Amino acid sequence: MRKGLSFINLTALTLGLAFLYLPIVILVIYSFNASRLVAVWGGWSIRWYAALLNDRALLDAAFMSVRIALLSATLATVLGTLAAIALVRIRRFRGRLPFSALIYAPIVMPEVITGLSLLLLFVAVDFDRGFWTVTIAHTTITMCFVTLVVQARLVTFDRSLEEAAMDLGSPPLRTFLTITLPLIWPAIAAGWMLAFTLSLDDLVIASFTTGPGATTLPIRIYSDVRLGVKPEINAICTVMIAVVAMAIVVASLLTRRSPG
Amino acid sequence: MRPGNDRRTWGARLIILVPFAWLAGLFLVPALIVFKISLSQTALAQPPYTPVFDLSAGWEGLRRALAELSLDNYVALASDALYAASYLKSLQVAAISTLLLLLIGYPIAYAMARAPRGARAVLLVLVILPFWTAFLIRVYAWINILQHDGLLNQALLALGIVDVPVVWLASDTAVYIGLVYSYLPFMVLPLYATLEKLDETLLEAAADLGSPPWKAFWQITVPLSRPGILAGALLCFIPIVGEFVVPDLLGSSTTLMVGQTLWTEFFSNRDWPLASAVAIVMLVLLVGPIVIYQSYQSRALASGR
Repeated sequence: MRKGLSFINLTALTLGLAFLYLPIVILVIYSFNASRLVAVWGGWSIRWYAALLNDRALLDAAFMSVRIALLSATLATVLGTLAAIALVRIRRFRGRLPFSALIYAPIVMPEVITGLSLLLLFVAVDFDRGFWTVTIAHTTITMCFVTLVVQARLVTFDRSLEEAAMDLGSPPLRTFLTITLPLIWPAIAAGWMLAFTLSLDDLVIASFTTGPGATTLPIRIYSDVRLGVKPEINAICTVMIAVVAMAIVVASLLTRRSPG
Repeated sequence: MRPGNDRRTWGARLIILVPFAWLAGLFLVPALIVFKISLSQTALAQPPYTPVFDLSAGWEGLRRALAELSLDNYVALASDALYAASYLKSLQVAAISTLLLLLIGYPIAYAMARAPRGARAVLLVLVILPFWTAFLIRVYAWINILQHDGLLNQALLALGIVDVPVVWLASDTAVYIGLVYSYLPFMVLPLYATLEKLDETLLEAAADLGSPPWKAFWQITVPLSRPGILAGALLCFIPIVGEFVVPDLLGSSTTLMVGQTLWTEFFSNRDWPLASAVAIVMLVLLVGPIVIYQSYQSRALASGR
C-alpha cells in the first residue's frame, strides 16, 4: 500500500497543474471583461460573445471547421480502427514493418512537412483545394492517433470470449460485430473524439491544404491573433474550450459505462 | 487454436490493405513528391515550379527530365547562412526545451505515479485535458499574460520586483515558455506510464540495505524509467524542431526557426521548390530520432501483448 504524498511530490503536482491550467483560466475570465483594454478589468460582461454572433465570417469559419472535423473524424476512426486490428490481430504479414512505420511517423512528423507534402500532392494530381483537401489531410493525420488509442485497448483485450464464440461456430465477421466491436467501442469513441478535436484545432496543415472559400476557424483566429490581442478572440477561444470540454464529458460517460 | 481472422481471408487482406493504401498514397507518396519538387526549378507560373517528370514523353522525355534535375535549391540552402542559422536555431531550441520539459515533467510524472491509486486516474485526466484544448488557444493564452501590459508584468510591478515592465513577448524566453507549456503532456504521459509500472519492492530493498532515498532514486528509479525518458524526449524533440505556431506568435522576428523559414518560403515568397528543399533537409536531420521513436513504439506494442 502506498503512503500519502510527500511534501515534494505534492508541490510538484500543485505547481504543475497550476502551470497547465492558469493560462486557460485567465483567458476564460478575461473573455468576460467589459473593457476593451486587455490590461484593465472593466467588470463582467458578455458583450464580446454578443459581438461574435454578428461576425458572419467568423461563424462561417466555425461552421466549416465543424463540418471538416465531423467528416474527417469519422473517416479517420474507420481507417484507424482497421489499422489497429491489422497491427494487433494479424500478427505476421508481409510489409508489417513499413505498415507500422507509416502509422507512427505522421504522429511525430512536423506539421509543416506534412502540410506542404499533402498540398504538393493535391497540386500534382490537380485536385481543387478546399473543403475536401482539408478533410482528407486531417483524416490522414488523425487516423494514426485513432490507431494508437484503439490499439492500446486491443492489446489488453481478453480473447477468450471471441474464442468461445468461434468454438460455438460463429463466423469471424459475426464474432467481430457481436463480441469484439461492443467491447472495444469505448476506445473507438475516444479515438473519434480525439480525431474530432485534433481536426478542429489544426492550423498548420489546414493552412497548407485549404483553398478559396474554405477558411477554418483556427486560420481565422490566427490571422486575428497576428494583429494583437482582441477581446473577441478570448470569447471565441472560450467557446471552443467549452465545446471540447463538453465532448470530453460525453466521452468519459461513454467509457465509464463499460468494464475495464 | 488460432481464430479465423489470422487466416489470410479476403477480409484480413482488406483490413490491412485499406489503411495501408490510404497512408501510402497520402503520406509516403507526398513525401516523394516533395523530394521531386525540391529538385526542380522555380518558375513564375501556376503551380510555381517546372514539372520534372512527364511520363507521357516516354524514355526520351525521362532522360531529358533527368538532365534537367537541379540541385540549385540545395545550393541556395547551403550558400545562404540564414538557412543554416535557422536549422541550428531549431535544433538548439528543441534540445533546450526538451531538457526543460524533462526537468519539469519528471517530478510531475513521479508525483502522479506515487499518488494513491484512486487519485491517479483523476490526475491523469487533469494532465491530458489541456492537450485537448487547441494548440493555438494555449499559445494565445500566453500572449495575454506575457504582453507589455499583461498580467505577469502587472503582478511583478505590483509586487515591486521590477520597476519597469519587462519585455517578455518576442523573445526566446517566451518561446521556451510556450513550448514547455504546449508539449508538457507529451513528456509527462510516457514518463508516467513507465514510472507507474515501477516495482516498488526494489526501492524498499534498497532502503532496507541502507541506501538513502536520493541515492535509490538515482540508481534505481531513473535507470528503470529510461524507456519513458526516451519516448517523452523524442515525442517532444521531433515536432519542436519543425514547430511553427509557438515561435511565430511568441518569438522574435530576428531569430527564425526552420518551420517559420519553410512557411515564409512557401506562403510569402511562393518559392515552392525551395520550401521543399527546406523540408527535405529537415527530414534528413530528423530521420535518426524518428527511427528510434518507431522502434520504441513497436517494442512497446510487442511487450504490451
